[in-house]
Amino acid sequence: MNEKTPFIRIAKREDASKKRIWTVRIAAFAVAILLGMIIFVIAGANPIKAYGVMITSSLGKKSGIKQVVKNAIPLLGTGLALAPCFRMRYWNIGAEGQITMGAMAATYFALNWYSKMPSAVLLLVMGIASLVFGGLWSAIPAIFKSRWGTNETLFTLMMNYIAIGIVAWLQGGPWEGKPGSQIIPMFDKKAVLPKLFGVHCGWVIVLLLVAFMFVYMNYTKHGYEIAVLGESENTARYAGMNILKVTVRTAALSGAICGLVGFMTASGVNQTLQSGVAGGVGFTAITVCWLAQLNPFAMVAISFLLAVLSKGASGLQTTLSIPASISDIITGIILLCMLGCEFFINYRLIFRDKQAKNGKEAA
Amino acid sequence: MNINIIALIRAAVLNGTPLLFGTSGEILTEKSGSLNLGVEGLMYMGGAFGLMGVFYYDRAAGAGANAFVAIMIAILCSLLAGMAGSLIFSFLTITLRANQNVTGLALTIFGTGLGQFVGEQMRIKVGGNVAISNGLKVVFADGVFPKAMQEIPVIGPLLFSYNIFVYIGIVIAAVMAYIMAKTRKGLYLKAVGESPSTADAAGINVTRYKYFATVLGGGISAVGGMVYTMTIAGTVWNHTGLAGEGWIAVALVIFCLWKPLNAIWGSILFGGLMIMYIRVPIAFIPSQIYKIIPYIVTAVVLVIVSLRQKKEDQPPASLGLPYFREER
Repeated sequence: MNEKTPFIRIAKREDASKKRIWTVRIAAFAVAILLGMIIFVIAGANPIKAYGVMITSSLGKKSGIKQVVKNAIPLLGTGLALAPCFRMRYWNIGAEGQITMGAMAATYFALNWYSKMPSAVLLLVMGIASLVFGGLWSAIPAIFKSRWGTNETLFTLMMNYIAIGIVAWLQGGPWEGKPGSQIIPMFDKKAVLPKLFGVHCGWVIVLLLVAFMFVYMNYTKHGYEIAVLGESENTARYAGMNILKVTVRTAALSGAICGLVGFMTASGVNQTLQSGVAGGVGFTAITVCWLAQLNPFAMVAISFLLAVLSKGASGLQTTLSIPASISDIITGIILLCMLGCEFFINYRLIFRDKQAKNGKEAA
Repeated sequence: MNINIIALIRAAVLNGTPLLFGTSGEILTEKSGSLNLGVEGLMYMGGAFGLMGVFYYDRAAGAGANAFVAIMIAILCSLLAGMAGSLIFSFLTITLRANQNVTGLALTIFGTGLGQFVGEQMRIKVGGNVAISNGLKVVFADGVFPKAMQEIPVIGPLLFSYNIFVYIGIVIAAVMAYIMAKTRKGLYLKAVGESPSTADAAGINVTRYKYFATVLGGGISAVGGMVYTMTIAGTVWNHTGLAGEGWIAVALVIFCLWKPLNAIWGSILFGGLMIMYIRVPIAFIPSQIYKIIPYIVTAVVLVIVSLRQKKEDQPPASLGLPYFREER
């Protein structure tokens, strides 16, 4: 080995064992928790006590667990929605807007059609409307992407704020309840998702979606086409796939599910429509989806973890009067650590000395 | 309709200045091929830490607080906060090869949380609103040029009446444009953003350029956050924080077609669009629709640019894509 060999070299690792993968991930999580402790110390709180409060206030009580499940539903649903897009290497970061549009479509029927039909039919109509609108909203950037190569990351990002602005306008204008209130009237009881074990039945829907997405991505022709297109557009083209069709179809499916999440949040949680119906879920779900490496079952665990964090942080605010924004800090730290740790799973570091030694042994 | 054009332009410039910093920083970042979606988070951090620096300086110095020192502290605190944030981004995406989009979003979650936390923590410690003494408040809001110049009719208010950050922002954008167009370093930077493998083959240190541009760019963006809290928000930390300022900056980068000089007038235009609904209400356009015009305009520009396929208007070719030498 001559002196020009860099001190550390990086080599791809193909054969990381299960044990190693989990050791690295758990270590990264532990580092994140430790960094979180430092934040608590800076905030002037006992870190052990603070974590204790977070866990007891989220998982210690029935009402806490219910809230956690409620928080996890939209994260999981949106994470699932994004998986096929990301597998296709199509960067849909417009989930926020697709959720909002879906909620808007559902709200239209909730406000105007509630007297015309029984509850079950109304909810079905609302659900279908949200699927259609979310899907259409997502299809627009996809069409431009596959026809003219318009950058979808930036386009979908813009579509978020346009969607939120439209709902903000409806909220203060045409759909406003009491004049001047800036609030859309509450839904009729018929338009509210029924509860199952204390939480709106959206959790059943997202669990069904987990199974659907797993099958869709791994065992269907669509899923295969998406995977091929994601690996190489040229391969897909030579294989005779219609790039435009696959791209738009996948983006529309993704947007439709996001729209459904919007419907569930508006109908099940808020029972009205607000411009903040997505509330950042569209962005957080991107990290959920990516950290799960597009695996639907892993998404269940990750969205649950983030939901515990956010519920726990609101417990912190009430008991220890630490600002609830600390949950975003800790979520951010966990996400960043987990993102970074993948490197140590996929790559190997080769140090100069060690390599020289190995080289001698081999000789 | 009675509209005071001069007042409108002034308001547009003042409102656009945080965007100018945010956008200039992000242009520098994106020119190296990094798409940092953490601008919103970086600007939150800059806003909160800038305010914190000035607040504690104000308390320590009391009546003897010096205007120049206060401004330097504000800039330094926000710059360092932003650089630290984008260093995390750079380390994860460049060295550890994490996905840029996801890392940027995680940085936004982290940064908005941290900014909000610092702001609220200050509020709790002070027991009320974080207030800077009036003597210092004025320093951030007042014009830098002598009164006589500001009072020249028309030209005075239009050109000489602004606070110092307006001029700093314009200088930064102009210098950046010069460096990118006229110097070797600028050319190298653009080469890295367009085709890192070609740049690498030509002997340019891709990693160093990417780190430098991303970290410095993040710092400049964060200064924009400080400018927002210290001028527009009136030196207090609001619950709403920066309310999407960073995302508009990301939009503006596209609108400017990745050119720093365009950012100067672009930020004034966007700054104007953001306040038009207050200043120039048009009967049949509701204010909420008015507010989304910047995003609609940006989306339209994005589409037109991709339709026209004009070479010099395209995003940096490797924008958002990872570069690993051994995988080319």
